[in-house]
Amino acid sequence: MDPILKIDQLSKTFGGFAALNGVNLTVKRGERLGLIGPNGSGKTTLINCISGSLEPSAGHIHFDGRDISAERAHVRTKLGIARSFQIPKPFSSMTVMENLLVPFAFVTGLDGPKERDKAMEILTRMGLADKAHVQSNQLSQVELRKMELARAMAASPKLLISDEAMAGLAGAEVDEVLEILFDLSASGITIIMIEHIMQAVMAFSQRVVCLDTGQIICEGTPQEVVKNPDVQRAYLGD
Amino acid sequence: MSKFYGVCLLTLLGFFGLSLLDVNEYIFYAGFIVLQFVVLATAWNILGGYAGYVNFGVPAFLAVGAYSAVVLFKWLAAPLLVQILCGGVLAGLLGLAVGLLTLKLRGIFFSIATVAVVFIMETAVNNWPYVGGASGLQLTRPSVIFVFQNYNRMLFFVMAVLAVASVAIARYIQTSFLGRGLRAVRDSEEAAECSGVPTLKIKLMACTISGALMGVAGAPMPMYMSYIEPTSTFNLSYSISALGMPIIGGTAHWLGPLIGAVLLGSLQQVVSVTVSNELNVLVVGVILVLFVVLAPEGILGLIKKWTRSSK
Repeated sequence: MDPILKIDQLSKTFGGFAALNGVNLTVKRGERLGLIGPNGSGKTTLINCISGSLEPSAGHIHFDGRDISAERAHVRTKLGIARSFQIPKPFSSMTVMENLLVPFAFVTGLDGPKERDKAMEILTRMGLADKAHVQSNQLSQVELRKMELARAMAASPKLLISDEAMAGLAGAEVDEVLEILFDLSASGITIIMIEHIMQAVMAFSQRVVCLDTGQIICEGTPQEVVKNPDVQRAYLGD
Repeated sequence: MSKFYGVCLLTLLGFFGLSLLDVNEYIFYAGFIVLQFVVLATAWNILGGYAGYVNFGVPAFLAVGAYSAVVLFKWLAAPLLVQILCGGVLAGLLGLAVGLLTLKLRGIFFSIATVAVVFIMETAVNNWPYVGGASGLQLTRPSVIFVFQNYNRMLFFVMAVLAVASVAIARYIQTSFLGRGLRAVRDSEEAAECSGVPTLKIKLMACTISGALMGVAGAPMPMYMSYIEPTSTFNLSYSISALGMPIIGGTAHWLGPLIGAVLLGSLQQVVSVTVSNELNVLVVGVILVLFVVLAPEGILGLIKKWTRSSK
């Protein structure tokens, strides 16, 4: 499989603090990649740099064969990178359906009955069809997480970044979201999953990358990564 | 023609008819002010209400319209229409420039930057003798055009046209891609950008349109007063009113600033005549505090709540 995302020597510093330090990473087209690491390891900074929310201090990001390092986030979304947020960021003054119509309008440039039908299809796939006309600030935590994934899907992504989409969810709810992510992956979308719920990461990922203090300390199959002493040290200490 | 544009046309015909009637002249004097506030509040709401960027620089944009009209009148004896168009274009350009410099700032930092624009421009005008500097400039009105009895009545009708046009523009923006994008920016700028919304571009568009409308509202002002001077033109109470009126009416809908401006503007005129001119600002302040505390979504929000609870 050819790479859809290639990151070369990516660094991000905040003042004197290096949140990312020379990260190299390649993600294959259609891959399910798990990104793990203890709090403060640089996971969210890395995906903020990939999605364009943060400008890297050094290094390059290539997506689908194109250098996107200098592109703004909305351009990257149009190119095919979509994401959800660790703390959900709904457009709270809008209904669930309207939330999905924002990426439809700005990514495809269309906003007609066809787009509404497509949005409803996505909501049905996410189990949110009955909430389409509910104000998004009225949703439960699991519904918000699903709506964020649905909104990301409305941008027709090639790469979906799920930033702790299961945080704060109970067991059955975690399974629901996991099922949705498997379903999206089956339709050919490359997925990077950041998660603290290890059972979910291990069940979902074909490959796992572990970050610590802004550097990749290990990558491999879920089984290899779990057994790696550096990963155990990063999580549990010496 | 849609129902909305039909209502706009009827409204204009009504204002035109009123300006020809043999009624008390004070109606036109006070009506001009109320209609000017409709334009200012509607213009403010395009950036402040739809996108959530609170602009305190209203007097700067108003003054660009007013002083460009003065310069054009004094230099070329330009007609009112030319003054209004140029005032709008220049204020729109100021909006674009201010946007380019400040729209990367958020929250209170953006607001403070817009206040700074007022002080910078007031200082510049104070030191510009051609427009009268700090002491101001007396203007002689040209002859009345068309069928109006006097210049005040003509200005009243012109401001009515500007008010109707600005409300129509605000409504169009609200229902367009731009409006949806601005709402997304207000709710979460990061999520909007990651949903494909070119946030900087649409904020610049909103800042330019908002500034241009404030400029057109300011252009007829010197002729209305037959005088212009910086202290009253750059008065920050314009910002308070332009901000307060949409908050009272409701910032989420184009109708909000219209309702707020008509109610508050009329109340201010009544208070001016029956109590005192100084009490105006107090009236705005008290009503604003009451609405922020008791009805943060304004009158439209209250109506929505009542409609929901009565179902």
